[in-house]
Amino acid sequence: MTHAPSLASPKQTWGALTVKLLVLLVAALLLFAPFLFQDTRSIEVAARICVFIVLVASYDVLIGYTGIVSFAHTMFFGFGAYGAAIALRTMGPGWDAIALGASVGCVISIVVAAAIGLLSLRVKAIFFAMITLAAASVVMVLASQLSQITGGEDGITYKTPAVFKTAYKLLVDDHGKVVRWFGVKINGKLAAYYFVYASCFALFLVMLRLVGSPIGTVLKAIRENEARAEAIGYRVVAYRTFVFCFSAVVASLAGTIYAIWLKYTGPKTALSFTIMIDILLMVVIGGMGTMWGAVIGAVLLVLAQYYLRDLMGSAAEALVNVPLAPQVLAPDRWLFWLGIIFILLVYNFPKGIAGTLADKGASR
Amino acid sequence: MGQTQQEGALEPLKSTLQRLGGVNLLPFAVAVIAFVLIGAPSSWVTLTVAGLAMGMMLFLMASGLSLIFGLMDVLNFGHSAFISFGAFVAASVLAWLGGWLGADSLVLNALAVFCAFAAAILFGLAGGWFFEVVIIKPVYRDHLRQILITMGALIVAEQMILALWGGSPMTVPRPAFLTGSILLGDVAIEVYRIFAFLLGLAVYLALYWLLNRSRLGLLIRAGVEDREMVEALGFRIDRLFVGVFMLGSALAALGGAMWAGYETLITPALGGQMMIVVFIVVIIGGLGSVEGTLLGAIMVGLVANYVGFLAPKLALASNMLLMMAILMWRPNGLRPAVT
Repeated sequence: MTHAPSLASPKQTWGALTVKLLVLLVAALLLFAPFLFQDTRSIEVAARICVFIVLVASYDVLIGYTGIVSFAHTMFFGFGAYGAAIALRTMGPGWDAIALGASVGCVISIVVAAAIGLLSLRVKAIFFAMITLAAASVVMVLASQLSQITGGEDGITYKTPAVFKTAYKLLVDDHGKVVRWFGVKINGKLAAYYFVYASCFALFLVMLRLVGSPIGTVLKAIRENEARAEAIGYRVVAYRTFVFCFSAVVASLAGTIYAIWLKYTGPKTALSFTIMIDILLMVVIGGMGTMWGAVIGAVLLVLAQYYLRDLMGSAAEALVNVPLAPQVLAPDRWLFWLGIIFILLVYNFPKGIAGTLADKGASR
Repeated sequence: MGQTQQEGALEPLKSTLQRLGGVNLLPFAVAVIAFVLIGAPSSWVTLTVAGLAMGMMLFLMASGLSLIFGLMDVLNFGHSAFISFGAFVAASVLAWLGGWLGADSLVLNALAVFCAFAAAILFGLAGGWFFEVVIIKPVYRDHLRQILITMGALIVAEQMILALWGGSPMTVPRPAFLTGSILLGDVAIEVYRIFAFLLGLAVYLALYWLLNRSRLGLLIRAGVEDREMVEALGFRIDRLFVGVFMLGSALAALGGAMWAGYETLITPALGGQMMIVVFIVVIIGGLGSVEGTLLGAIMVGLVANYVGFLAPKLALASNMLLMMAILMWRPNGLRPAVT
C-alpha cells in the first residue's frame, strides 16, 4: 500500500489544508447541529456521525496506521454497547450502571483482543483477518442465542439517566417551561446529544495524540516494513497487540456511547456484519492512514445511508415508466452501488478522499 | 485430541504414530472417543456418516480457496459468492427441469441432477475467469488491497443474488433416487449422504491425481514452490493462475450445489454462513494443501455432528473451539503446504 505523505509533515500542501479545513467544518457543523438542523431525524444522523467517526478512526489506527486487517471491530463495539445495555437494564438508569457497563465492556474487549492478538498476530495478515472474522461470527451467534442475557434478536431496551430524557427540562424560565434558544428546546435530548458529541470529541483527540506520538511512528514503521522494524529493536508482536487492544477499547467505548444515545441495543445496531462493512467502506472511502479520512468517510457514508436511499427511492418512483431504471435505482440496491464504488475506489484512489486531496499541490 | 496427551510420552510411541499416518489419524481418534462417549453404536454410525458427508461437502467448498491461496498467494474473501451462486444456479436448473425430476425414469432423474451440477460448474468456471481477470489480477501481491477488493466483490455478488432470486428462502427439489435411506441392520443411512461422500471422494481423488501425477500438477506445484523459477523456464504461469482460479471457483459452485440439495431450503445468507466454516476448515487444514483441507473438512464435519449430539448447547462454538485447540498445537494448521 502506498500512502499519503503524513498530513502533519512540516510542508503543508494546499490539499492537506483543505482536508483539515473540511474536518474543522464538520466539527463545527456537528457542534451546532441541533440548532442548525431542527428536526429529530437530523439530530439522529448527527449523533450517528459522531459515534461512527470514533469507530472508524479507531479502525483506521488498526488498518491504516498499523496495517492490520481485522473483521472483529463490530464485536468490540458490541461488547461496549451490550455491557452498558445489560448494566442499565439490571441496575436501573444511573451513572454507576453506565460506568460499570462501560468498564466491563472495556475489560472484556481487552481480554478478547489480547487473546486473539497473542494467538494470531504473529502469523500473516490474511490469517489474522480470517480468525477475527470467525471470532466475530461466533460472538454474533452467541448474542442471538443467549437470549436471557442479551435479549436475542429483539435486543434490549432500557432507560438512561434522567438528564437524557426528552421530557427532562434542563433550563426552565419563570413559568416553569423549557427555555428555547434559537427555537431549540434546552431539554434532555440536547444534553444527550452534547454528551455524545463531547465524549466522541475527547476520544478522537486521544487517538490523534496516539498516532502523533512516537508510538504512532513505530506503528507506521511496522506497516511499511515489519522485518526492519523488528531488526531495529521494536517488538512487533507487542506493538501490534497493544494497538489491537487500544482500538478495541475505543470501539467498545464508542459502543457504550451509542447504546446510551439509542436507549436500545440489539444485534442490528451493535453487532451485525453490515456495520463492519460500513466501517470498511468509510475507512477506504475517507482514506486510510489519516485520522481526517475517518471523519470524511463517516460523514459521507452516514449521510448517504440516511438520505441517498430516499433519493434513490424517489428517483425509482419517478422513472417507473423507463424500463430497468426502477430496478437499478431501487433503494434496496444501494449497497450494490456502494460495493461497486468501493471496488473502483480501491483500484483508482487507494488513498481515499483525504489522501488524494492531501496530495494535491504537493508536486506544484 | 488423542495425540496431544501422548506427545510428551515415549519416543517409540511417537514414531509408531508417525509411521501409521501422523495427523491423518486424528479423525479416527475423534471417532473412537465419540464412540465411547455416545455408547449407542447405531446413533454413532448415523452421526459418523453425517459427519463424513458434511466434511466432504465442506471439502468441495474449501479446496478451491486453499488451492488458490497456495498457488497464487491470493485469499479470496469473495469465495463464498461462488458457493451461493452455485447453490442458486443448481436450484433454479432443478426447478426448471421439474418435469424430468418428477418423471418415473431413473435416467431422466439423474440427467436433471447432472444438468444442475453442470450448470453450477459452468457458472463457477465463467465467474471464476471473470473474477480473476477483472478483479484479482490488478492486485496481485498486495494483501491489504486483495482483502478489501474481494470483500467489495462479495458485497456486490450478494446484492446480485438478492436482486436475481429475491430475499425469500427457496426450496430445492430432490430427485427420487437421492431421497430416502438405506437400512443396514438397525441403522438408517440417508442416500444423499452417501452420494455426497462418494462425489467428494471422487473429486478428491481427481484433484490428487491432477496435482501429483499429471504434468499440469507438476507445474502447479512448482509454481507454489517458486513462481519466478517456473516463469524463467518459459511457462506462462499467469495462464496457470487463471486456470486454477476457475477450477477453484467451479469446485466452490459444485459444493454449493451439493449443499443446496442437502439442505433443500436455501437463502441468500447461505454463502456468508458457509464462509466462516470454510475459513475454519482451511485454517485447521493448513493453507494451500489439498490433503490438509480434506483432513480439516472431515474433522470439522465429524466434530460438528458429534458435539451437536452430545452437547447441543456447545454446537455453535464447537468449530471455533476446534480451531483454537488445533492452532495452539500447530500454529500453521495440520498439514500446511510449505513447512
